[in-house]
Amino acid sequence: MTGSIAIIAALLVPLIGVLGIVGARHKPNLRETVTLVTATCLFILVASLLTPVLSGARPSVTLLEVLPGLSIAFEVEPLGLIFALVASLLWIVTSVYAIGYMRGHHEKNQTRFYAYFAVALSSTMGIAFAGNMFTLFIFYEVLTLSTYPLVTHSGTAAAKKGGRTYFGILIGTSIAFQLLAVIITYVTVGTLDFTQGGILAGKASDVVIGLLLLLYVFGVGKAALMPFHRWLPAAMVAPTPVSALLHAVAVVKAGVFTILKVSVYIFGLDLLADIGVRDFLMWLAAASILIASVIAIRQDNLKRRLAYSTISQLAYIVLGAMLATEAGIVGGAMHITMHAFGKITLFFCAGAILVATHKTEISDMKGLGRVMPITMTAYTIGALSIIGAPPMGGLWSKWMLGMAALEAGEVAMIGVLMLSSLLSIGYLLPVSIQAFFNTPDPQKDGKPVFKEAPALSVAALSFTALGCIALFLFPDPLLHLANLIVAPVN
Amino acid sequence: MIAAHLPALQIAVPLIAAPICLLLRRENLSWAWATFISWVVFALAWVMLEKTLTGGAFNYELGGWEAPYGIEYRVDALNAFILLIVAAIGAVVMPYARASVAREIPEHKRGLFYTAYLLCLTGLLGITITGDAFNVFVFLEISSLSSYALIALGRDPKALTAAFQYLIMGTIGATFILIGIGLMYQMTGTLNMADLAKRLPAVEDTRPVLAAFAFFIVGVCLKLALFPLHLWLPNAYAYAPSVVTAFLAATATKVSIYVLYRFVFTIFGQSFSFDVIPLESILLVLSLAGIFAASIVAIFQTNVKRLLAYSSVAQIGYIMLGVALVSVAGLTASILHIFNHAIMKGALFLCMGAVYYQIGSVKIEDMNGIGKKMPFTMFAFVIAGLGLIGVPLTVGFISKWYLITAVLEKGWWPVAVLILLSSLLAVIYIWRVVEAAYFKAGDSDDVVVKEAPVSMLIPIYVLTGASVYFGIETSLPLGTAAEAAKQLMGIGG
Repeated sequence: MTGSIAIIAALLVPLIGVLGIVGARHKPNLRETVTLVTATCLFILVASLLTPVLSGARPSVTLLEVLPGLSIAFEVEPLGLIFALVASLLWIVTSVYAIGYMRGHHEKNQTRFYAYFAVALSSTMGIAFAGNMFTLFIFYEVLTLSTYPLVTHSGTAAAKKGGRTYFGILIGTSIAFQLLAVIITYVTVGTLDFTQGGILAGKASDVVIGLLLLLYVFGVGKAALMPFHRWLPAAMVAPTPVSALLHAVAVVKAGVFTILKVSVYIFGLDLLADIGVRDFLMWLAAASILIASVIAIRQDNLKRRLAYSTISQLAYIVLGAMLATEAGIVGGAMHITMHAFGKITLFFCAGAILVATHKTEISDMKGLGRVMPITMTAYTIGALSIIGAPPMGGLWSKWMLGMAALEAGEVAMIGVLMLSSLLSIGYLLPVSIQAFFNTPDPQKDGKPVFKEAPALSVAALSFTALGCIALFLFPDPLLHLANLIVAPVN
Repeated sequence: MIAAHLPALQIAVPLIAAPICLLLRRENLSWAWATFISWVVFALAWVMLEKTLTGGAFNYELGGWEAPYGIEYRVDALNAFILLIVAAIGAVVMPYARASVAREIPEHKRGLFYTAYLLCLTGLLGITITGDAFNVFVFLEISSLSSYALIALGRDPKALTAAFQYLIMGTIGATFILIGIGLMYQMTGTLNMADLAKRLPAVEDTRPVLAAFAFFIVGVCLKLALFPLHLWLPNAYAYAPSVVTAFLAATATKVSIYVLYRFVFTIFGQSFSFDVIPLESILLVLSLAGIFAASIVAIFQTNVKRLLAYSSVAQIGYIMLGVALVSVAGLTASILHIFNHAIMKGALFLCMGAVYYQIGSVKIEDMNGIGKKMPFTMFAFVIAGLGLIGVPLTVGFISKWYLITAVLEKGWWPVAVLILLSSLLAVIYIWRVVEAAYFKAGDSDDVVVKEAPVSMLIPIYVLTGASVYFGIETSLPLGTAAEAAKQLMGIGG
């Protein structure tokens, strides 16, 4: 019973926060306090669900029945809990970071910014805890709608153009493919409940099931699988906290989370393994990993480079799902966390560089390590985690995914993973080299003086960088939780 | 005692109220009177719907003349539902009308406006309630003539040509309907719908009956603006006074669609309409063509009322698509969308009325930055617009869900894909307005634009709220639509 209250509260707390934020719009300090308190409350609520889920309970609650057999219902299972924990914890950190960034960068309309941010988190919780595909779809759409004003935040022509691409692709794929998939599932099976082992097995012909898989995977545009990835670089016009939490964690992870969820609870791994087009999608994910990496190498704008890196890393998780093995799912779930900590650190650093030095292009960042030593160290830690090098958490998820590929007998995929690690060295580390080993151009940049970003921002990015190391040292709790996803229900 | 005469009162009240309204002369008085009558009519419609849902269909013999000699009113779940929609829209729009009419219509014509409105309401309700084929034509003319007058009251001189265009097309449609009814009468000797339904099968292979069907269907499709017979609609909606647009868009075409249901399913019968005559393929092709053609044209409109008018043509396509499915699920989706679309389109046109009230224009380029100046109006526009796109938790989503479920039930996969693709066109045309309102800087800072008056905002929010409420709590519209669809298909009920 308390579990169901916690679920409802997790959805409502950010919305109550919105009221507080709007109410305190004339007092910035109070407004930011409201955000921080809300974020902390949310995290505590989500964390309170950990004990019951670990002990095998699945707290659930049904809000209302919209159409016969279609209800808005929530059920907490390990995968959703991992996603919710990551998103809510990083919301606190991002809020701390955002205070420094938004003030340091003199952004306008900050109240609107914090308010929509909170709405986005509420819908993220809705996605994480959704008990059926219908509920998930609803919150998926709310998340798109609530992040649109954040992408177009600056109101410039570039922001509007980016916003159009963002909105067009995300809404377009979700309506044209995902909704169709949801309706077909409902018509053929009669239910949309997430069920261990899937609901589709034996309910439809192979052709229909294959088609459904395509519709689901392409319908979840937020997973940024090529060729529906263009919205993510377009979304980089948003302020950096948005890029960091939403376009490295909440929104994109909502996408791959949905794919994992559908794989496990709608198709079921046994059925998934037999679907013909799964092979095609696996190769598409592999291609997405490599192509995005190559494009990333060619970007000079740091945020754009990180965006393409995200596209590549998200495809890892799609790949994990398409391997259709338990290890693949576990690896995918772990990668949600590992990549979140690594990539958010990198985005925080990009934003800190922008605030402190107004630089956005990598070619201008020579010698930046002397100006911003803490930021650039954190950057390097985050980069190593994304690459999957020890002693960073990213190692474990890549390890699991490699194991999964081996288990599934897809040796070529191991090659893809290794090649991708090499490529990610190629696009991430040059920034560190540029910062630490290249001397700045004295005519252009003047004498290097110590100039870090606002303290709150630096604290935030240090925290997430340390998180990457902590996840390397103590991956057990996460691994345990991820293993529960595929463990038989007792 | 009065309860027994409910069907007669439904028509008699607004009909008698109309001349009284003219006699009142004073603008405020006639407004108050029309509002009061609208609410009474709404209450009557509500009571009748309750009655049909609990007690089933019932007949009423006008003046005690026994059918088929006298005129009979027949109320079942379907037309009680349509009556409720018409009456509800009237009741919501009237409080709004006062401010809007005062801004848009010359003072000496305002009394006439309310009178014409009451007549139009009478006509629409009459078409819906009557069980007599010729009576349908009579009420159709009452509603049409009064709506020509209402449209012509628009402030833009183009309203006159728009009204004239509508008059020509509407008269052709009404004439076709009359020819159809005349031929039916010739072949069967009766005008009572129930009686017609009994006698038509015996003569259904004859040429006059085929001709009657053809004339009738073309005539009704003209009135309900099925693509490509929709040409009168965009101008009429764009240039009519705001209140008239909102009222007609939510009710007039819907009532014509009701007439189509009634004749195709109840009178001619499903087997004649769809087996003898390939109505299914005709409607399927035309509705899909209409959905796409009108949505694409809507994207390129600069006048938002015209944009919404073309969107209406597209939405009528969805409604007719449900008919083309010839299944309980399809008809449920169709009837449901009549209700849902009335709410959404009513809300959107009311928003545009509020914008027109404040800035005197509904052109997209004049609406730059209006989201900040009229936050409440534009927020409602966004919500109702999301409904039109079919975003979850709005009524539009429920309609689309049901329509696609019905289409998939038939196994028409490509159609399901087309429906979803067409929603993307709605995303584009709604988003053009949203982008202008919120993300383009307004240049008219010298003119102080304020939020619309509360008397306009409340009706806007009643409809917008309904578009969300019925998107979550679907039992009333869904239950009624399903019941009506079953009756039309001749299953149960």
